[in-house]
Amino acid sequence: MLLFAARRLMLAVLVALTVSVICFFLLHLSGDLAQALAGSSSSASDVEAVRKAYGLDRPIIVQYLGWASRVLTGDLGQSYFFKEPVAKLIAERLPVTMVLGVCALVFAVALALPLGVVAALRPNSWIDRTALTISVLGQALPSFWFALMLIIVFGLTLRWLPISGSGTWQHLVLPSIALGYYATPAIMRLTRAGMIEVLASDYIRTARAKGLRAPSVLFKHALRNAVIPVVALAAVQFGFMLGGSIVIETVFALHGIGYLAWESIARADFPIVQAIVLILASVYVVLTFLADILNAFLDPRLRVG
Amino acid sequence: MTLSTALAEAEARIAEPSPGALLRRRIFGHGGFLFGAIVVGLVLATALLAPLLAPHDPYAQDLTRRVVNPIWHADGTWRNPLGTDQLGRDYLSRLIYGARISLLIGVATMAISGAIGSALGVAAGYFGGRVDMAITFLITTRLAMPVVLVALAVVALAGGSLKVVILVLGFLLWDRFAVVTRSATMQVRNLDYIDAARAAGCSDLRVLASEILPNILNPLIVVATLEMAHAILLEAALSFLGLGVQPPLPSWGLMISEAKEYMFFSPWLIAVPGAALFLLVLAVNLLGDGVRDIAAPENRN
Repeated sequence: MLLFAARRLMLAVLVALTVSVICFFLLHLSGDLAQALAGSSSSASDVEAVRKAYGLDRPIIVQYLGWASRVLTGDLGQSYFFKEPVAKLIAERLPVTMVLGVCALVFAVALALPLGVVAALRPNSWIDRTALTISVLGQALPSFWFALMLIIVFGLTLRWLPISGSGTWQHLVLPSIALGYYATPAIMRLTRAGMIEVLASDYIRTARAKGLRAPSVLFKHALRNAVIPVVALAAVQFGFMLGGSIVIETVFALHGIGYLAWESIARADFPIVQAIVLILASVYVVLTFLADILNAFLDPRLRVG
Repeated sequence: MTLSTALAEAEARIAEPSPGALLRRRIFGHGGFLFGAIVVGLVLATALLAPLLAPHDPYAQDLTRRVVNPIWHADGTWRNPLGTDQLGRDYLSRLIYGARISLLIGVATMAISGAIGSALGVAAGYFGGRVDMAITFLITTRLAMPVVLVALAVVALAGGSLKVVILVLGFLLWDRFAVVTRSATMQVRNLDYIDAARAAGCSDLRVLASEILPNILNPLIVVATLEMAHAILLEAALSFLGLGVQPPLPSWGLMISEAKEYMFFSPWLIAVPGAALFLLVLAVNLLGDGVRDIAAPENRN
């Protein structure tokens, strides 16, 4: 188990490192940063001055090493626009995104888990078919459009909920739904498949034969085992949600790191963009690492390889 | 064997439909596949025949007739069945031309990412060992990168255009192709006919192209449709955020973005292109699911 964990940890670190290299080079190779910073109407000498001022005239390897070593000490650089440390700006906004992600995940699980269980109890019934239809429709729904339609229906027409900004819990309801629905199909399908498999297993028959009551069999014996892979999937989905929050935060004007990233891209404020990409990738790497460890802890067969 | 059982067997054989008939029966018995095929076919026809179908020029502005209501409103007219946008352009014509952009993005992205992903996946599955380790690492790394954010940043730097969006998405969305072709290749790698081809002196490249590839085509087609839907959704999201296809092109995502300010009084400006997007993505997804069910009905749950 320890060996397995150590190998996975090494892989995770290596992935994070590679992501940082790719992001850094991608940003530097896909366009002229100095030109983007100086603006399109600037003269050639202005561009050169900007290039010198931000150290963009040094060899790219030197730039990367300088950036990476500073990142390791927790220094994410200075924002070009705010003239403040990137780490401070992100620390201010990160809680909003995290709360949004957790709320969205809670919504997704609260919707998907019961649907998956009910669908598994009566495969091919009308409930199962309805659940399947919901998941197929959900996967085709563009999240930004769904968010706008939620705003139109619940914010503008019914006036039940606020449509932008943050502050109260009501502000989080629509964004959480708009962000969370996308994860429901995957969670629901996995719950359903897991439950169907577990319900057909011998120990469930034994539990039933012992005369245990149906709810006890269902929740204590079946769901507990079926839910294991779902936990791992939910962790991965949470990582995707943080990445997807850029769209939702922009629609709802929620001041999290997604909105900050979008603003910074528009302002050519690349230290912030790089830092956010790196943070989101790291969160994803940590979550998949934990999910792997959890799975291997619960199922020793996975520890090989 | 008695005569009666032999007769029954013969009868069963006669009653068994031909493979072609079986396929037809499966296709027409699969509602999702039929729906998907019809909708995708209609959108494709709309895109190809856009100049014939569109009642107006999608770029022609008429500032005296801005945000005209569609036909289902009391003051709507057949001159602009879906009304006009904030610059007085005919919304139906823009919607029709927008189908071209979504389909082009979907198909072109799928071609690029499919080529990258299946080349990596097949190589990993076929050669195994170190090659597999390296490529698995690449896939893991790619999965860790937040797609929307990276795509936005690159498009912002390289300049938003149809070509850039296609290239960026093509180089970002190959992960599922690689994962699926890798495991599919691993399944067929050790089968007898692969050994036979190798024993007959075929080179690795020949084995890959003429033995492996045809046999992993089914899962490949399924991923291709799903990724096409994914690319269409992402393009719309990028254009919506202002860093994808640029105005005045009638991308559906861009149309929704431009209509945001009119959300309160003219919600149909948002509802119409979004519904088109939803329908197309749904149809492409159903088509993919249908292909999977029809090609391998024994796996159907």
